[in-house]
Amino acid sequence: MSGDSILTVDRLSMRFGGIVAVNDLSFGAERRKITALIGPNGAGKTTVFNCITGFYKPTSGMMRLIHDDGRAFQLERLNDFRISKLAKVARTFQNIRLFPGMTALENLMVAQHNALMLASGLTFLGLIGAPSWRAAEKRAIDLAQLWLDRIGLLDRADDAAGNLPYGDQRRLEIARAMCTEPALLCLDEPAAGLNTRESAALSELLLSIRADQGTSILLIEHDMSVVMEISDHVVVMDYGVKIAEGTPQDVRDDPRVIAAYLGADEEEAIAVMESGA
Amino acid sequence: MGDGVTTAAPALTQIPRAPGIAFILKKALISALVALVLFSLMIGIRTEAGPTGQLIYWTRFGDLAAMVAAVFGGSIIVELLRQWWGPVGTIRIIPPRLQSTLAVARRGIAPVLLIFTFLVPVIFYDQRYILDLGILVLTYVMLGWGLNVVVGLAGLLDLGYVAFYAVGAYSYALLATNFGLSFWVCLPLAGILAAFWGMMLGFPVLRLRGDYLAIVTLAFGEIIRLVIINWQSLTGGPNGVSGIPRPTFFGIPLVPGPDGLAAKLGIEFSPTHRIVFLFYLILGLALLTNWVTIRLRRLPIGRAWEALREDEVACRALGINITTTKLTAFATGAMFGGFAGAFFATRQGFISPESFTFQESALVLAIVVLGGMGSQLGVALAALTMIGGFELFRGLEQYRMLVFGVAMVLLMIWRPRGLIGHRAPTVFLRHSQAISSDLVKEGHG
Ligand SMILES: Nc1ncnc2c1ncn2[C@@H]1O[C@H](COP(=O)(O)OP(=O)(O)OP(=O)(O)O)[C@@H](O)[C@H]1O
Ligand SMILES: [Mg+2]
Repeated sequence: MSGDSILTVDRLSMRFGGIVAVNDLSFGAERRKITALIGPNGAGKTTVFNCITGFYKPTSGMMRLIHDDGRAFQLERLNDFRISKLAKVARTFQNIRLFPGMTALENLMVAQHNALMLASGLTFLGLIGAPSWRAAEKRAIDLAQLWLDRIGLLDRADDAAGNLPYGDQRRLEIARAMCTEPALLCLDEPAAGLNTRESAALSELLLSIRADQGTSILLIEHDMSVVMEISDHVVVMDYGVKIAEGTPQDVRDDPRVIAAYLGADEEEAIAVMESGA
Repeated sequence: MGDGVTTAAPALTQIPRAPGIAFILKKALISALVALVLFSLMIGIRTEAGPTGQLIYWTRFGDLAAMVAAVFGGSIIVELLRQWWGPVGTIRIIPPRLQSTLAVARRGIAPVLLIFTFLVPVIFYDQRYILDLGILVLTYVMLGWGLNVVVGLAGLLDLGYVAFYAVGAYSYALLATNFGLSFWVCLPLAGILAAFWGMMLGFPVLRLRGDYLAIVTLAFGEIIRLVIINWQSLTGGPNGVSGIPRPTFFGIPLVPGPDGLAAKLGIEFSPTHRIVFLFYLILGLALLTNWVTIRLRRLPIGRAWEALREDEVACRALGINITTTKLTAFATGAMFGGFAGAFFATRQGFISPESFTFQESALVLAIVVLGGMGSQLGVALAALTMIGGFELFRGLEQYRMLVFGVAMVLLMIWRPRGLIGHRAPTVFLRHSQAISSDLVKEGHG
């Protein structure tokens, strides 16, 4: 992989008993770019995310993350919450995992836990209501407010997250991930269940996150309109292995990719594609 | 019983409101059948040892039939009640005008209750019984608030809370009788020791959820009690510790004679002074617990507890250290239990392992659940209802438990998520909206 990679995945494998969910996968995600990870159902995309974000310990392979300041993290050696806390990798989930009984604002406050924990002097300064804590809390609320505004949920800040419509929940989960101020944002099918208008708004949000925050984005997505519109680089997986990668155009025209998606052999797939277009 | 629940689901989806008579009858029949099996040996046949030691028995089929009939009828009544004032129905029945009045009343209830509590010793100065009852209720309010941190906020089901109560009580008792330390020195020590044991319990149960967590915490409560019983040389075993010093008013004892507080203040000594002092002491401790808990909820640690209850996986993805978050919840809850324990020891002057049985844990947990998990006011009301109600039904003698049990069952049908089921947000931009209980998770305990 040429260029400036923020994340380099090297020969990653993940086995569950007899199932090889990810098999010897290598790819990179460039800094300040949107990298899409696509593939048919069961290709192993979510498993890759779970390895990167520390929910699974990979069977073998390395994942290296390098911050803007040059600090490097070997993700397979960090565990659990440290990947988010130290390596600054944030993620969303395929099936939304908000805190449904907490308000939208509270969800974004929880995301700033580590920063606020320090500011509250590990709770003691906060308990006595020290001015430094109050100022930090105010800043945290401001940041949350800023994100609520960006996802268009400012007027629903005080509503329970579980009460929001599906599309709003998806965007709130992204905002929550962004409140951890990540270097790499991993999104697992953010457009799933959204209508066309909402998908377009999502694309815009992701582009603005890349432009304004300079956050690198790793994106799993089935909605090809979103993938084609916003990604800079696409990696295609099938049965746990990488079958193609390149620009959206390259990938779209790759017969192997079409075959994988249609589950047919290449000639047939091309025929279907051409008749469809 | 489980069978009855699964058959209810399709019936409910077809007809939104009332599941038909057939369903109710079926459920009642199943309940009656269970009762028949259970009671056939318990009530149907009575056995006794005869005068020469032989077994004599006789049958009581009439009583058995009556009991089964009662269960059958009761099941029908409960099911009908559930339909009429079920959790869905209550909101609809009450007209909006009344609802807004109720909302005002609800906001006023906490300050009114607080002021009243402050005035209790003034109003009931001559009634020792009421004052003692008040102290008892406040002790349970404090225990409920302490356990609420673990169960209500962090969502960790703890069935061994009495262990920390015991640690606090024995810490004060032993430190005071062996080293002559005063109550005010021992109080923080008791809290710290209990918090330490809270952590000790926390470590092994970090990875446990739900039933497993409940069983291990239950075992922990028993272990502490058994250690206290068997470590005779330190704790006095089943005989307990006696001669525990009474609390002093910051060093001035509440005794007759020239050194006592009464003499110093120039008023006549009365034994009620000590009761009143104890009342305000536990009130102060309980309010401290409440204040700290309310504060903590608005701090990152408290929000992390609630987030943990809502979704542990999401917490990890946000970089929250689950281990320390759980341990601090256990430790904080245990610390308040320890304070309450120290108070208990100084009030009684004598403690023994009998005071720290599983029944106490169950009672405190019932208070938290009945109050509405996470709600401070709810827990206070529940403690008042449970402990006060218990005393109220004293006249019913052996039926007390029965009446009490029925009242609890009815209350849980009417309000399955406790007296105060909704959750108040910890921070808001424009207005604080209560969050309905069906969105709030109960945690994995
Ligand atoms: N924890 C697990 N235990 C066992 N098998 C698993 C586990 N997680 C994933 N798998 C298996 O690994 C394979 C890849 O699953 P994965 O969820 O990564 O696919 P995916 O590409 O995200 O699919 P989708 O597009 O449907 O989300 C599947 O066969 C799945 O059954
Ligand atoms: Mg997936």
